[in-house]
Amino acid sequence: MAQEPEIRYLTPPSIDVKKKKYCRFKKNRIKYVDYKDPQFLKRFLNEQGKILPRRITGTSLKYQRKVARSVKRARHIALLPYVTDLMK
Amino acid sequence: MINQYETVFIATPVLSEKQMKETVEKFKGFIEHMSGEIVHEESWGLRKLAYNIQHKSTGFYHMIEFRMDGENIKKLETEFIRDERIIRFLTMKMDKFAILYSEKKRRLKA
Repeated sequence: MAQEPEIRYLTPPSIDVKKKKYCRFKKNRIKYVDYKDPQFLKRFLNEQGKILPRRITGTSLKYQRKVARSVKRARHIALLPYVTDLMK
Repeated sequence: MINQYETVFIATPVLSEKQMKETVEKFKGFIEHMSGEIVHEESWGLRKLAYNIQHKSTGFYHMIEFRMDGENIKKLETEFIRDERIIRFLTMKMDKFAILYSEKKRRLKA
């Protein structure tokens, strides 16, 4: 079977080279996620107000749980919406 | 067992300024009555809610940090539930990171 020709991309495959994701909590040594600060928590939510998964934000499991808990607390006291159409 | 707690509650915007202070005083008095000690207190005033609560879109936010015996928290929360001026409340036990965080924030502000 003939070897298929090397797939040549029109544009260089820069998209594949993902920048190394890092956990911002470990890097800046943040130990506590404050549920009273919606501005900071908004970075972990998408446009609909849903919590972004770890594979997108790159946070480690320990801090992802802290973020999720404080987002849910912030939603309870109406600092963050449960669902919205255009958040950012 | 004495722990440090942080409670945030939202009062209905219908209240006048005086009534709002009265509510806050009532809960601070309740905490002191339960041999609790108030560490810090913050009022965020009238704020827009992210979603309507009881058909209201704004509310008076107030935050109290206090140290109290664990058994009395249940009584404090029933007090919150019974008071109809409070439309939403959240009490949280602070771990050591939370305590450090709030102290640092207070030091920066002062």
